[in-house]
Amino acid sequence: MSTQNLKEATIAIRGGRTLDSHAGSILFPLYQTGNFVHDAVGVDKGFSYSRVSNPTVDALEKAIAALEGTPSAVCFRTGMAAITTLLFSILRSGDHAILSDVVYGGTIRLFREVLDHLGVTGSFVDSSNPANVEAAITPTTRIILIESPGNPTLKLTDIASIARIAKQHSILLAVDNTFLTPFLQRPFELGADISILSTTKYIDGHNATVGGSVAAHDEKLLERLRLIRKTLGTIQAPFEAWLTLQGMKTLPARLRLHCSGALRVAQWLEAHPAVQYVFYPGLDSFPQKVLANQQQRGAGGIVAFELKGGGEAARETLNHLQLCSRAESLGGLETLVTHPSTTTHADVDPDVRQALGITDGLIRISVGLEDPEDLIADLDQAIAASMIMNQKERSAHEIRQPAG
Amino acid sequence: MKFASRLVNFETAPGDPYKPVSTPIYQTATFIQEQVDAFGEYDYSRSGNPTRTVLESQLAALENGSHAYCFASGMAAISAVTRLLCAGDEILADVDLYGGTCRLFSKVLDRAGIAVNYADALDPEGFARRLTPATKLVHIESPTNPLFRIIDIARIAEIAHAHGALFSIDNSAVSPYLQNPLDLGADIVIHSATKFLGGHHDVTGGAVIVKNEELAQQIRFFQNAEGTALGPFDSFLLLRGLKTLKVRLDCQQKNALAVADYLASRKEISRVFYPGLATCQGYDLHRRQARGPGSVMSFATGSVALSKKIAEATRLFHITVSFGSVSSSIGMPGTMSHASVPQEVLAKRDLPLDLIRISVGIEDKEDLIADLDQAISMATRCASESTD
Repeated sequence: MSTQNLKEATIAIRGGRTLDSHAGSILFPLYQTGNFVHDAVGVDKGFSYSRVSNPTVDALEKAIAALEGTPSAVCFRTGMAAITTLLFSILRSGDHAILSDVVYGGTIRLFREVLDHLGVTGSFVDSSNPANVEAAITPTTRIILIESPGNPTLKLTDIASIARIAKQHSILLAVDNTFLTPFLQRPFELGADISILSTTKYIDGHNATVGGSVAAHDEKLLERLRLIRKTLGTIQAPFEAWLTLQGMKTLPARLRLHCSGALRVAQWLEAHPAVQYVFYPGLDSFPQKVLANQQQRGAGGIVAFELKGGGEAARETLNHLQLCSRAESLGGLETLVTHPSTTTHADVDPDVRQALGITDGLIRISVGLEDPEDLIADLDQAIAASMIMNQKERSAHEIRQPAG
Repeated sequence: MKFASRLVNFETAPGDPYKPVSTPIYQTATFIQEQVDAFGEYDYSRSGNPTRTVLESQLAALENGSHAYCFASGMAAISAVTRLLCAGDEILADVDLYGGTCRLFSKVLDRAGIAVNYADALDPEGFARRLTPATKLVHIESPTNPLFRIIDIARIAEIAHAHGALFSIDNSAVSPYLQNPLDLGADIVIHSATKFLGGHHDVTGGAVIVKNEELAQQIRFFQNAEGTALGPFDSFLLLRGLKTLKVRLDCQQKNALAVADYLASRKEISRVFYPGLATCQGYDLHRRQARGPGSVMSFATGSVALSKKIAEATRLFHITVSFGSVSSSIGMPGTMSHASVPQEVLAKRDLPLDLIRISVGIEDKEDLIADLDQAISMATRCASESTD
């Protein structure tokens, strides 16, 4: 049965699934093996060494390809291993890449601390204005890598516009679609050449694994990725692949709940007097709402908000949260909160941070699948506690420094 | 504590409230922070994971290093070491290297502006003459794979250090039980943990072990930045496999010596390469710098067709790549593990295409010898029939 005609919920459970022809297990087996016996010297049954390929990893790749709508996909040990291997496959010393200024901090670090030493340069531009991307193109630009929505302020990039520019200049366009997944945003339909996922996030969805994937329609590019993956040894492990295969089955159902929960939380935050601003593509106040409606099928589960009380209020609020967990990562069942200015973006220059809207008062929430009302109650008590702390400090300050 | 005791007596779960004997598997992506600005030891499993930490501490201890870092594969481990170099830097390597390492050098590092010079490290002085001002890393294996040449590790360390270069060695062929290159002057030890460390054909993994803080920080940085760390479940399997490293290798080595003696006695076998045979190159040197010959060897027959027939006629030795497991395996490096060695490197090294590599497991040694015996006899018979 062709995957193309199936609906999302079916694709997530059945799409591209490899059937276990051996025992008829409903779940594909976990091939926890390092290598495979050959029939004769140089003759194997398609698998030889698990650093090169493994049946369970292969099953995950076919399932992800079904989500992406591509002939195949390549899976990696982590999202960063996916990006690293992709860039090593495409770029060589002297080459140049253009990236969104809001890409994940790990990608920025990869350029600054690894690729830069190997003669590969990257320009980080505000890709929400496509003209900035076009202006950054040089004769050695080989790839444009964007994230939309961007982290953590959810700034959008018009993928179709960037794709047109990339095509005009014969440059590859890669979209890191981790925040939305192929069910909420279709990068290939918008003209992208490559889709990257940190499967750690919504694809696994259970905070149980770390992993990454790269999908493309160009089989030659994928073959090259497999060669470099084998060379760098960055393939996903069988057990993590097996867990991811199970986790992703509930993706459409989870995404619906993530989206509705996030909208409820975002609306509540927007009405709260202590909140300065809420960043969420599902809100009418979102400045790029039109673009969001155009290129996304949902607003996603990530909400960011800025507290009027600034850094101190954000820290106090975060520390008083009881249900929401202070932890890096996103996209899992558990609601996670982070303070971007001191964690994910701590290495970014303060001026640049300010320009990106990553103020000290900004909090990012990955809205999980707990009941939104419970999450709101937790946020409510934490914000209230932070305001009391703030008032106490202010009065202590006033006592120490009497007016006049 | 002696090695056998160190393998099983270590902190399996530091700080764990339940004091489990076996290390818990922290199959998680992320960790909760007590306070927003107070980070615990762990924040994200790509950066650090408690199960992996136990394995890394144990490997550092077994190699007499200060820090170890575990990777998704041996190639990810070697790849992380090469990140210590920048465009314009060079590597000087011995000619007999694992095919995957050669592929990393030719297909990835070359594009990154890092050149690799190959020279024969059996001649340390000639090897030293190939150093250039740009050489930042010297890399070897000993015993080498698949010719089991023995390189003077301490001498190469002196040469590298006199030049101000780092010296890394792939110790996969013998494991820390039999050889500790850091004690012989190496700066970096690399393992394919897939081999003897895991020992059960069930994990793909790698490790980098160093003995100083500065190198440790750099390797750790690349492990995190490129997301190449070993997963928690595989870390657990390695921790479990590692406990029997000595008993496995003792048994494998005893079997291997018997097998090598047997092979050397067969007239159809033209050459046997195994550091446990007194007739082999580097036998005395290996005895000085290691504590045993290991259980991997290779042999040649003078005929590619005959070798292929032998490999395919064995029943206990399965045809697979890799080595070091409890079950015996057989392969032909020229067409399997070393197929990716570039032609210009092949020209410089004597890699006979009729070479058969075997990894001897823990089966009964008489069964293994009987298996090779029937395979050699059958293959020889087939060969003579086809010439008739």
